[in-house]
Amino acid sequence: MTLRNKACIVGVGESEIGKVPHMTGLGLNAQAAKRALDEAGLKPSDIDGLITAYSMTEPYFMLGSVLAEYLGIQPTYAASLTAGGASPALMLMHAADAIAAGRASCVLVTAGENRATGQSRDQAVEALAAVGHPYFEHPYGPLIPGFYAMIARRHMHEYGTRREDMAAVAVQQRANALLHPNAHMKKPITTADVLGAKPIAEPLGLLDCCLISDAGGALIVMSPERAKDAKSRPVWLWGAGEITTHEHILAAPSLTEFGTKRSAEIAYRMAGIGPKDIQFAELYDCFTIVPILEAEDAGLVPKGEGGAFFREGRAARDGELPVNTHGGMLSHAHAGAAGGLFGIIEAVRQLRGEAGARQVKRHEVALVHNEGGILSQHGTLILGRERR
Amino acid sequence: MSSPGPLPLPAPNADSAAYWAGAKAGKLLLQRCRDCGATWFMSRHLCASCWSEQVESVEASGRGRVHSFTVIHRAPSAAFAGQVPYVVALIDLAEGPRMLANIVGAGAREIAIGELVRVTFEQRGDGALPQFQRAP
Repeated sequence: MTLRNKACIVGVGESEIGKVPHMTGLGLNAQAAKRALDEAGLKPSDIDGLITAYSMTEPYFMLGSVLAEYLGIQPTYAASLTAGGASPALMLMHAADAIAAGRASCVLVTAGENRATGQSRDQAVEALAAVGHPYFEHPYGPLIPGFYAMIARRHMHEYGTRREDMAAVAVQQRANALLHPNAHMKKPITTADVLGAKPIAEPLGLLDCCLISDAGGALIVMSPERAKDAKSRPVWLWGAGEITTHEHILAAPSLTEFGTKRSAEIAYRMAGIGPKDIQFAELYDCFTIVPILEAEDAGLVPKGEGGAFFREGRAARDGELPVNTHGGMLSHAHAGAAGGLFGIIEAVRQLRGEAGARQVKRHEVALVHNEGGILSQHGTLILGRERR
Repeated sequence: MSSPGPLPLPAPNADSAAYWAGAKAGKLLLQRCRDCGATWFMSRHLCASCWSEQVESVEASGRGRVHSFTVIHRAPSAAFAGQVPYVVALIDLAEGPRMLANIVGAGAREIAIGELVRVTFEQRGDGALPQFQRAP
Protein backbone atom coordinates (compact mmCIF):
# COMPACT_ATOMS: atom_id res chain seq x y z
CA MET A 1 0.00 0.00 0.00
CA THR A 2 1.38 3.37 -0.91
CA LEU A 3 1.45 6.11 1.69
CA ARG A 4 1.80 8.86 -0.90
CA ASN A 5 -0.69 11.65 -0.11
CA LYS A 6 -2.27 9.54 2.65
CA ALA A 7 -1.18 11.70 5.59
CA CYS A 8 -0.26 15.29 6.41
CA ILE A 9 1.71 16.80 9.25
CA VAL A 10 -0.38 19.69 10.54
CA GLY A 11 1.45 20.57 13.75
CA VAL A 12 4.96 20.35 15.17
CA GLY A 13 6.22 21.18 18.63
CA GLU A 14 9.44 21.19 20.61
CA SER A 15 9.69 21.27 24.37
CA GLU A 16 12.21 23.37 26.23
CA ILE A 17 15.60 21.94 25.24
CA GLY A 18 18.95 21.64 26.99
CA LYS A 19 19.21 21.06 30.71
CA VAL A 20 15.61 21.20 31.89
CA PRO A 21 15.72 19.85 35.46
CA HIS A 22 12.26 21.24 36.29
CA MET A 23 10.57 18.81 33.85
CA THR A 24 10.19 15.02 33.65
CA GLY A 25 10.43 12.99 30.49
CA LEU A 26 6.65 12.69 30.35
CA GLY A 27 6.40 16.43 30.93
CA LEU A 28 8.71 17.12 27.99
CA ASN A 29 6.50 14.97 25.77
CA ALA A 30 3.38 16.72 27.05
CA GLN A 31 4.79 20.20 26.49
CA ALA A 32 5.86 19.34 22.93
CA ALA A 33 2.44 17.77 22.27
CA LYS A 34 0.62 20.84 23.56
CA ARG A 35 2.71 23.13 21.36
CA ALA A 36 2.10 20.95 18.30
CA LEU A 37 -1.62 20.80 18.99
CA ASP A 38 -1.85 24.56 19.57
CA GLU A 39 -0.04 25.23 16.31
CA ALA A 40 -2.62 23.12 14.49
CA GLY A 41 -5.46 24.87 16.29
CA LEU A 42 -6.86 21.58 17.54
CA LYS A 43 -8.03 20.34 20.93
CA PRO A 44 -6.98 17.18 22.83
CA SER A 45 -10.29 15.45 22.08
CA ASP A 46 -9.48 15.68 18.35
CA ILE A 47 -6.67 13.13 18.87
CA ASP A 48 -7.72 9.55 18.20
CA GLY A 49 -4.27 7.98 17.81
CA LEU A 50 -1.04 8.09 19.84
CA ILE A 51 2.37 6.71 18.94
CA THR A 52 5.40 7.17 21.14
CA ALA A 53 8.73 5.43 21.64
CA TYR A 54 10.45 4.37 24.90
CA SER A 55 12.26 5.81 27.85
CA MET A 56 15.63 4.87 29.34
CA THR A 57 15.41 7.38 32.19
CA GLU A 58 11.93 6.73 33.59
CA PRO A 59 10.67 3.30 34.65
CA TYR A 60 7.47 3.05 32.61
CA PHE A 61 6.37 -0.11 30.87
CA MET A 62 3.81 0.39 28.03
CA LEU A 63 4.81 3.98 27.42
CA GLY A 64 1.99 4.50 24.91
CA SER A 65 -0.76 3.99 27.47
CA VAL A 66 1.27 5.70 30.20
CA LEU A 67 1.44 8.81 28.04
CA ALA A 68 -2.24 8.59 27.05
CA GLU A 69 -3.11 8.50 30.75
CA TYR A 70 -0.76 11.43 31.51
CA LEU A 71 -2.31 13.49 28.69
CA GLY A 72 -5.88 12.56 29.62
CA ILE A 73 -6.75 11.12 26.23
CA GLN A 74 -8.33 7.79 25.29
CA PRO A 75 -7.04 7.01 21.80
CA THR A 76 -8.54 4.16 19.78
CA TYR A 77 -5.09 3.53 18.34
CA ALA A 78 -2.00 3.57 20.58
CA ALA A 79 1.45 2.08 20.26
CA SER A 80 4.95 2.43 21.60
CA LEU A 81 7.80 1.65 19.27
CA THR A 82 11.33 0.63 20.23
CA ALA A 83 13.52 1.21 17.20
CA GLY A 84 16.22 3.42 18.71
CA GLY A 85 17.04 6.41 16.57
CA ALA A 86 14.89 5.11 13.73
CA SER A 87 11.79 5.44 15.90
CA PRO A 88 10.58 8.90 14.76
CA ALA A 89 10.50 8.15 11.02
CA LEU A 90 8.91 4.79 11.75
CA MET A 91 6.39 6.36 14.12
CA LEU A 92 5.31 8.73 11.37
CA MET A 93 5.03 5.80 8.97
CA HIS A 94 2.92 3.86 11.48
CA ALA A 95 0.73 6.94 11.94
CA ALA A 96 0.25 7.15 8.17
CA ASP A 97 -0.48 3.40 8.09
CA ALA A 98 -3.15 3.80 10.75
CA ILE A 99 -4.69 6.76 8.92
CA ALA A 100 -4.59 5.01 5.53
CA ALA A 101 -6.23 1.95 7.09
CA GLY A 102 -8.95 4.07 8.61
CA ARG A 103 -7.99 3.22 12.17
CA ALA A 104 -7.24 6.82 13.13
CA SER A 105 -7.52 10.25 11.57
CA CYS A 106 -5.54 12.47 13.96
CA VAL A 107 -2.44 10.89 15.45
CA LEU A 108 -0.12 12.42 18.03
CA VAL A 109 3.47 11.25 17.42
CA THR A 110 5.73 12.14 20.31
CA ALA A 111 9.07 11.25 21.90
CA GLY A 112 11.20 12.82 24.56
CA GLU A 113 13.38 12.08 27.53
CA ASN A 114 15.18 13.91 30.29
CA ARG A 115 18.49 12.35 29.28
CA ALA A 116 20.62 15.27 30.52
CA THR A 117 19.25 15.68 34.03
CA GLY A 118 17.22 12.51 34.63
CA GLN A 119 20.43 10.51 34.99
CA SER A 120 24.14 11.11 35.44
CA ARG A 121 26.41 11.33 32.42
CA ASP A 122 28.02 8.03 33.48
CA GLN A 123 24.59 6.41 33.74
CA ALA A 124 23.70 7.73 30.30
CA VAL A 125 26.85 6.27 28.76
CA GLU A 126 26.47 2.97 30.60
CA ALA A 127 22.79 2.57 29.72
CA LEU A 128 23.53 3.19 26.06
CA ALA A 129 26.28 0.57 26.13
CA ALA A 130 23.37 -1.89 26.22
CA VAL A 131 23.03 -1.26 22.48
CA GLY A 132 26.00 -3.58 22.05
CA HIS A 133 25.46 -7.33 22.05
CA PRO A 134 25.17 -8.33 25.72
CA TYR A 135 27.17 -11.56 25.30
CA PHE A 136 29.44 -11.13 22.29
CA GLU A 137 30.30 -7.40 22.38
CA HIS A 138 29.66 -6.02 25.87
CA PRO A 139 32.52 -7.96 27.56
CA TYR A 140 34.98 -6.08 25.32
CA GLY A 141 33.92 -2.59 26.45
CA PRO A 142 33.11 -1.32 22.97
CA LEU A 143 31.13 1.93 23.72
CA ILE A 144 28.64 3.28 21.16
CA PRO A 145 31.04 5.93 19.82
CA GLY A 146 33.47 3.03 19.39
CA PHE A 147 31.11 1.22 17.04
CA TYR A 148 30.73 4.34 14.92
CA ALA A 149 34.46 5.01 15.17
CA MET A 150 35.13 1.65 13.51
CA ILE A 151 32.67 2.62 10.76
CA ALA A 152 34.41 5.99 10.35
CA ARG A 153 37.85 4.40 10.18
CA ARG A 154 36.74 1.91 7.55
CA HIS A 155 35.26 4.75 5.45
CA MET A 156 38.54 6.65 5.79
CA HIS A 157 40.41 3.50 4.73
CA GLU A 158 38.26 2.76 1.66
CA TYR A 159 37.49 6.26 0.43
CA GLY A 160 40.16 8.54 1.84
CA THR A 161 37.68 10.37 4.03
CA ARG A 162 39.46 12.62 6.51
CA ARG A 163 38.81 13.76 10.04
CA GLU A 164 38.48 17.28 8.60
CA ASP A 165 35.52 16.10 6.50
CA MET A 166 33.75 14.85 9.61
CA ALA A 167 34.68 18.04 11.44
CA ALA A 168 32.99 20.03 8.66
CA VAL A 169 29.73 18.27 9.53
CA ALA A 170 30.01 19.40 13.16
CA VAL A 171 31.06 22.96 12.31
CA GLN A 172 28.32 23.55 9.72
CA GLN A 173 25.63 22.12 11.93
CA ARG A 174 26.74 24.29 14.83
CA ALA A 175 26.47 27.32 12.56
CA ASN A 176 22.90 26.27 11.74
CA ALA A 177 22.04 25.73 15.40
CA LEU A 178 23.13 29.28 16.22
CA LEU A 179 20.21 30.45 14.05
CA HIS A 180 17.73 28.22 15.90
CA PRO A 181 16.15 29.90 18.92
CA ASN A 182 15.63 26.59 20.78
CA ALA A 183 18.94 24.82 20.07
CA HIS A 184 20.87 23.29 22.97
CA MET A 185 24.24 24.64 21.80
CA LYS A 186 24.77 28.40 21.62
CA LYS A 187 28.48 28.91 20.85
CA PRO A 188 30.23 28.60 17.47
CA ILE A 189 32.95 25.99 16.95
CA THR A 190 35.82 25.72 14.48
CA THR A 191 37.46 22.81 12.68
CA ALA A 192 40.39 23.15 15.10
CA ASP A 193 37.98 22.80 18.04
CA VAL A 194 36.61 19.55 16.62
CA LEU A 195 40.01 18.09 15.75
CA GLY A 196 41.45 19.12 19.11
CA ALA A 197 38.55 17.94 21.26
CA LYS A 198 39.03 15.23 23.86
CA PRO A 199 39.34 11.84 22.14
CA ILE A 200 36.40 9.52 22.86
CA ALA A 201 36.97 6.58 20.51
CA GLU A 202 39.58 7.19 17.81
CA PRO A 203 39.09 8.70 15.29
CA LEU A 204 36.09 10.35 16.98
CA GLY A 205 36.48 13.14 19.51
CA LEU A 206 33.92 14.73 21.79
CA LEU A 207 32.62 17.16 19.15
CA ASP A 208 32.09 14.31 16.68
CA CYS A 209 29.50 12.93 19.11
CA CYS A 210 25.88 13.97 19.55
CA LEU A 211 24.58 15.81 22.58
CA ILE A 212 22.85 14.43 25.64
CA SER A 213 19.84 16.72 26.12
CA ASP A 214 16.54 17.00 27.88
CA ALA A 215 14.13 17.38 25.01
CA GLY A 216 10.75 16.34 23.65
CA GLY A 217 9.25 16.68 20.21
CA ALA A 218 5.81 16.06 18.76
CA LEU A 219 3.93 15.90 15.47
CA ILE A 220 0.22 15.99 14.75
CA VAL A 221 -0.48 13.75 11.76
CA MET A 222 -3.89 13.87 10.06
CA SER A 223 -5.73 12.42 7.14
CA PRO A 224 -5.83 14.87 4.21
CA GLU A 225 -9.58 15.19 4.71
CA ARG A 226 -9.33 16.16 8.37
CA ALA A 227 -6.22 18.29 7.78
CA LYS A 228 -8.59 20.91 6.40
CA ASP A 229 -9.75 21.45 10.01
CA ALA A 230 -6.25 22.49 11.09
CA LYS A 231 -5.32 26.15 10.97
CA SER A 232 -1.70 25.47 9.93
CA ARG A 233 -0.36 24.73 6.46
CA PRO A 234 -0.24 20.93 5.99
CA VAL A 235 3.00 19.25 4.91
CA TRP A 236 2.49 16.12 2.84
CA LEU A 237 4.03 12.66 3.14
CA TRP A 238 5.17 11.77 -0.38
CA GLY A 239 7.08 8.58 0.32
CA ALA A 240 8.48 6.40 3.09
CA GLY A 241 10.72 3.36 3.30
CA GLU A 242 12.07 1.11 6.02
CA ILE A 243 14.60 -1.69 6.32
CA THR A 244 16.39 -3.66 9.02
CA THR A 245 19.67 -5.28 7.96
CA HIS A 246 21.16 -6.35 11.31
CA GLU A 247 21.27 -5.18 14.90
CA HIS A 248 24.85 -5.60 16.12
CA ILE A 249 27.87 -4.24 14.30
CA LEU A 250 29.57 -7.64 14.15
CA ALA A 251 26.67 -8.77 11.94
CA ALA A 252 26.49 -5.68 9.70
CA PRO A 253 26.66 -6.71 6.03
CA SER A 254 29.11 -3.86 5.37
CA LEU A 255 30.76 -1.07 7.36
CA THR A 256 30.60 1.39 4.46
CA GLU A 257 27.19 0.81 2.87
CA PHE A 258 24.07 0.52 4.99
CA GLY A 259 20.30 0.00 4.80
CA THR A 260 19.80 3.68 4.01
CA LYS A 261 20.25 2.71 0.37
CA ARG A 262 17.28 0.34 0.40
CA SER A 263 14.95 2.42 2.58
CA ALA A 264 15.63 5.49 0.42
CA GLU A 265 14.94 3.51 -2.77
CA ILE A 266 11.58 2.43 -1.37
CA ALA A 267 10.74 6.01 -0.37
CA TYR A 268 11.79 7.46 -3.75
CA ARG A 269 9.70 4.91 -5.60
CA MET A 270 6.66 5.65 -3.45
CA ALA A 271 7.11 9.38 -4.01
CA GLY A 272 7.78 8.96 -7.71
CA ILE A 273 10.91 11.09 -7.55
CA GLY A 274 14.67 10.53 -7.37
CA PRO A 275 17.60 11.83 -5.34
CA LYS A 276 18.18 14.72 -7.73
CA ASP A 277 14.76 16.13 -6.82
CA ILE A 278 15.68 16.51 -3.14
CA GLN A 279 16.25 20.16 -2.19
CA PHE A 280 17.40 19.78 1.41
CA ALA A 281 17.90 16.88 3.81
CA GLU A 282 17.65 16.22 7.52
CA LEU A 283 19.98 13.26 8.12
CA TYR A 284 20.53 11.31 11.31
CA ASP A 285 23.75 12.48 12.92
CA CYS A 286 24.53 10.64 16.14
CA PHE A 287 28.18 10.93 15.01
CA THR A 288 29.76 13.06 12.30
CA ILE A 289 30.47 10.11 10.01
CA VAL A 290 26.77 9.24 9.78
CA PRO A 291 25.45 12.11 7.59
CA ILE A 292 28.40 11.44 5.27
CA LEU A 293 27.34 7.80 4.89
CA GLU A 294 23.66 8.61 4.59
CA ALA A 295 24.17 11.30 1.94
CA GLU A 296 25.99 8.65 -0.10
CA ASP A 297 23.61 5.76 0.56
CA ALA A 298 20.50 7.89 -0.11
CA GLY A 299 22.03 8.72 -3.50
CA LEU A 300 22.42 12.43 -2.78
CA VAL A 301 26.15 12.18 -3.64
CA PRO A 302 28.16 9.37 -5.27
CA LYS A 303 29.61 6.67 -3.00
CA GLY A 304 32.84 7.82 -1.41
CA GLU A 305 32.20 11.52 -2.03
CA GLY A 306 30.27 12.23 1.17
CA GLY A 307 33.36 13.62 2.88
CA ALA A 308 34.07 16.10 0.08
CA PHE A 309 30.38 17.03 -0.04
CA PHE A 310 30.61 18.38 3.49
CA ARG A 311 34.20 19.64 3.32
CA GLU A 312 33.44 21.77 0.26
CA GLY A 313 30.44 23.41 1.91
CA ARG A 314 27.91 21.90 -0.47
CA ALA A 315 25.79 20.77 2.51
CA ALA A 316 25.95 24.15 4.25
CA ARG A 317 22.79 26.22 4.64
CA ASP A 318 23.63 28.25 1.53
CA GLY A 319 25.06 25.23 -0.33
CA GLU A 320 23.54 23.19 -3.14
CA LEU A 321 21.84 20.74 -0.77
CA PRO A 322 21.55 22.02 2.80
CA VAL A 323 21.77 19.31 5.48
CA ASN A 324 20.57 19.45 9.08
CA THR A 325 19.49 23.05 8.94
CA HIS A 326 18.45 23.08 12.63
CA GLY A 327 21.83 21.85 13.86
CA GLY A 328 20.94 18.18 14.17
CA MET A 329 21.68 16.00 17.14
CA LEU A 330 25.22 17.31 17.21
CA SER A 331 24.08 20.86 18.08
CA HIS A 332 20.28 21.24 18.34
CA ALA A 333 19.26 18.37 20.66
CA HIS A 334 19.51 14.68 21.24
CA ALA A 335 17.32 12.89 23.77
CA GLY A 336 16.77 9.24 22.97
CA ALA A 337 14.13 8.62 20.35
CA ALA A 338 13.41 12.35 20.12
CA GLY A 339 16.71 13.06 18.34
CA GLY A 340 15.56 12.27 14.83
CA LEU A 341 12.12 13.74 15.49
CA PHE A 342 13.63 17.22 15.41
CA GLY A 343 14.80 16.55 11.85
CA ILE A 344 11.18 15.90 10.85
CA ILE A 345 10.04 19.00 12.73
CA GLU A 346 12.71 21.08 10.98
CA ALA A 347 11.76 19.71 7.56
CA VAL A 348 8.14 20.72 8.21
CA ARG A 349 9.14 24.24 9.23
CA GLN A 350 11.43 24.64 6.22
CA LEU A 351 8.81 23.30 3.80
CA ARG A 352 6.24 25.74 5.17
CA GLY A 353 8.76 28.56 4.76
CA GLU A 354 8.65 29.30 8.49
CA ALA A 355 12.29 28.65 9.42
CA GLY A 356 13.18 32.31 9.89
CA ALA A 357 16.88 33.16 9.77
CA ARG A 358 17.80 29.62 8.72
CA GLN A 359 15.21 29.30 5.93
CA VAL A 360 16.59 27.55 2.86
CA LYS A 361 15.87 28.98 -0.59
CA ARG A 362 14.38 25.91 -2.25
CA HIS A 363 11.82 24.29 0.01
CA GLU A 364 9.36 22.21 -1.96
CA VAL A 365 10.71 18.72 -1.16
CA ALA A 366 12.84 17.30 1.65
CA LEU A 367 14.36 13.98 2.58
CA VAL A 368 14.54 12.93 6.23
CA HIS A 369 16.50 9.88 7.33
CA ASN A 370 16.55 8.23 10.75
CA GLU A 371 18.54 5.18 11.82
CA GLY A 372 18.60 3.09 14.96
CA GLY A 373 21.11 0.75 16.54
CA ILE A 374 24.41 0.74 14.68
CA LEU A 375 22.98 1.84 11.33
CA SER A 376 20.79 -1.24 11.81
CA GLN A 377 17.19 -0.16 11.27
CA HIS A 378 16.40 2.65 8.86
CA GLY A 379 13.47 4.90 8.01
CA THR A 380 13.49 7.34 5.10
CA LEU A 381 10.78 9.96 4.59
CA ILE A 382 10.13 12.22 1.65
CA LEU A 383 8.03 15.22 2.59
CA GLY A 384 6.56 17.83 0.27
CA ARG A 385 5.17 21.35 0.55
CA GLU A 386 2.27 20.51 -1.75
CA ARG A 387 0.19 17.42 -2.42
CA ARG A 388 2.19 15.12 -4.72
CA MET B 1 44.96 -6.40 30.11
CA SER B 2 45.07 -6.01 33.87
CA SER B 3 41.65 -6.27 35.44
CA PRO B 4 40.94 -3.72 38.16
CA GLY B 5 37.23 -3.87 38.93
CA PRO B 6 34.69 -6.41 37.84
CA LEU B 7 34.90 -6.59 34.06
CA PRO B 8 31.90 -8.26 32.40
CA LEU B 9 32.11 -12.04 32.61
CA PRO B 10 31.27 -14.61 29.96
CA ALA B 11 27.57 -15.38 30.36
CA PRO B 12 26.70 -18.69 28.72
CA ASN B 13 23.09 -19.40 27.82
CA ALA B 14 21.40 -22.26 25.99
CA ASP B 15 22.55 -20.92 22.62
CA SER B 16 26.14 -20.19 23.62
CA ALA B 17 27.02 -22.87 26.19
CA ALA B 18 29.29 -24.71 23.75
CA TYR B 19 30.99 -21.48 22.64
CA TRP B 20 31.92 -20.45 26.17
CA ALA B 21 32.89 -23.99 27.18
CA GLY B 22 35.19 -23.98 24.17
CA ALA B 23 36.73 -20.66 25.15
CA LYS B 24 37.38 -21.97 28.65
CA ALA B 25 39.19 -24.90 27.06
CA GLY B 26 41.26 -22.58 24.85
CA LYS B 27 39.28 -23.14 21.65
CA LEU B 28 37.53 -20.57 19.47
CA LEU B 29 34.33 -22.21 18.26
CA LEU B 30 32.10 -21.30 15.35
CA GLN B 31 28.80 -22.86 14.37
CA ARG B 32 28.23 -24.71 11.10
CA CYS B 33 25.04 -25.88 9.43
CA ARG B 34 25.07 -29.60 8.63
CA ASP B 35 22.52 -29.03 5.87
CA CYS B 36 23.79 -26.04 3.90
CA GLY B 37 27.35 -25.73 5.19
CA ALA B 38 27.04 -22.09 6.29
CA THR B 39 29.46 -21.10 9.05
CA TRP B 40 28.87 -18.23 11.46
CA PHE B 41 30.08 -16.64 14.66
CA MET B 42 27.15 -15.61 16.86
CA SER B 43 25.65 -18.72 18.53
CA ARG B 44 22.11 -19.52 17.43
CA HIS B 45 19.50 -22.25 17.70
CA LEU B 46 19.21 -22.47 13.92
CA CYS B 47 21.02 -21.64 10.73
CA ALA B 48 20.19 -18.08 9.66
CA SER B 49 20.81 -19.04 6.01
CA CYS B 50 18.43 -22.02 5.63
CA TRP B 51 16.72 -22.30 9.05
CA SER B 52 17.97 -25.83 9.54
CA GLU B 53 18.19 -26.85 13.20
CA GLN B 54 21.07 -29.21 12.39
CA VAL B 55 23.76 -26.99 13.87
CA GLU B 56 27.19 -28.11 15.06
CA SER B 57 30.21 -26.46 16.66
CA VAL B 58 33.49 -26.37 14.75
CA GLU B 59 36.84 -25.10 15.93
CA ALA B 60 38.21 -22.05 14.14
CA SER B 61 41.86 -21.69 13.23
CA GLY B 62 42.06 -18.64 15.47
CA ARG B 63 43.59 -16.56 12.68
CA GLY B 64 42.04 -13.49 11.18
CA ARG B 65 42.49 -9.99 9.82
CA VAL B 66 41.49 -6.64 11.28
CA HIS B 67 38.53 -5.20 9.35
CA SER B 68 38.41 -2.03 11.43
CA PHE B 69 39.29 -0.90 14.94
CA THR B 70 39.09 1.94 17.42
CA VAL B 71 40.99 3.04 20.50
CA ILE B 72 38.54 3.67 23.35
CA HIS B 73 39.44 6.62 25.58
CA ARG B 74 36.09 7.09 27.34
CA ALA B 75 35.24 4.01 29.38
CA PRO B 76 31.67 2.75 28.93
CA SER B 77 31.42 1.88 32.62
CA ALA B 78 33.45 2.03 35.83
CA ALA B 79 34.68 -1.49 35.19
CA PHE B 80 36.63 -0.33 32.14
CA ALA B 81 37.92 2.93 33.64
CA GLY B 82 41.23 1.31 34.54
CA GLN B 83 41.64 -0.15 31.07
CA VAL B 84 41.65 2.98 28.86
CA PRO B 85 43.03 3.47 26.31
CA TYR B 86 42.28 0.04 24.82
CA VAL B 87 41.66 -1.32 21.33
CA VAL B 88 38.34 -2.73 20.12
CA ALA B 89 38.42 -4.36 16.70
CA LEU B 90 36.28 -6.23 14.22
CA ILE B 91 38.14 -9.37 13.16
CA ASP B 92 37.44 -11.23 9.93
CA LEU B 93 38.27 -14.83 10.82
CA ALA B 94 40.07 -16.98 8.26
CA GLU B 95 36.89 -19.11 8.05
CA GLY B 96 34.85 -16.05 7.01
CA PRO B 97 32.73 -14.92 9.97
CA ARG B 98 33.38 -11.60 11.67
CA MET B 99 33.66 -11.10 15.42
CA LEU B 100 34.45 -8.30 17.84
CA ALA B 101 37.28 -8.43 20.37
CA ASN B 102 40.06 -6.42 21.94
CA ILE B 103 43.53 -6.36 20.45
CA VAL B 104 45.81 -7.13 23.38
CA GLY B 105 49.50 -7.61 24.00
CA ALA B 106 52.59 -6.00 22.52
CA GLY B 107 52.01 -3.21 20.02
CA ALA B 108 48.22 -3.40 20.28
CA ARG B 109 47.81 0.33 19.71
CA GLU B 110 49.90 0.17 16.52
CA ILE B 111 47.42 -2.20 14.88
CA ALA B 112 46.23 -1.37 11.36
CA ILE B 113 43.35 -2.38 9.10
CA GLY B 114 44.20 -5.58 7.22
CA GLU B 115 46.78 -6.76 9.73
CA LEU B 116 46.92 -10.44 10.66
CA VAL B 117 45.94 -11.36 14.22
CA ARG B 118 45.60 -14.57 16.15
CA VAL B 119 43.40 -15.59 19.05
CA THR B 120 44.47 -15.71 22.65
CA PHE B 121 42.35 -16.23 25.74
CA GLU B 122 41.87 -13.88 28.66
CA GLN B 123 40.71 -15.34 31.97
CA ARG B 124 37.50 -13.71 33.20
CA GLY B 125 36.03 -15.20 36.37
CA ASP B 126 35.57 -18.93 35.90
CA GLY B 127 35.65 -18.59 32.16
CA ALA B 128 37.74 -17.15 29.35
CA LEU B 129 37.23 -14.50 26.73
CA PRO B 130 38.65 -14.91 23.22
CA GLN B 131 40.96 -11.97 22.45
CA PHE B 132 43.37 -11.26 19.63
CA GLN B 133 47.00 -10.26 19.40
CA ARG B 134 49.12 -9.16 16.50
CA ALA B 135 50.36 -12.19 14.60
CA PRO B 136 54.15 -12.31 14.22
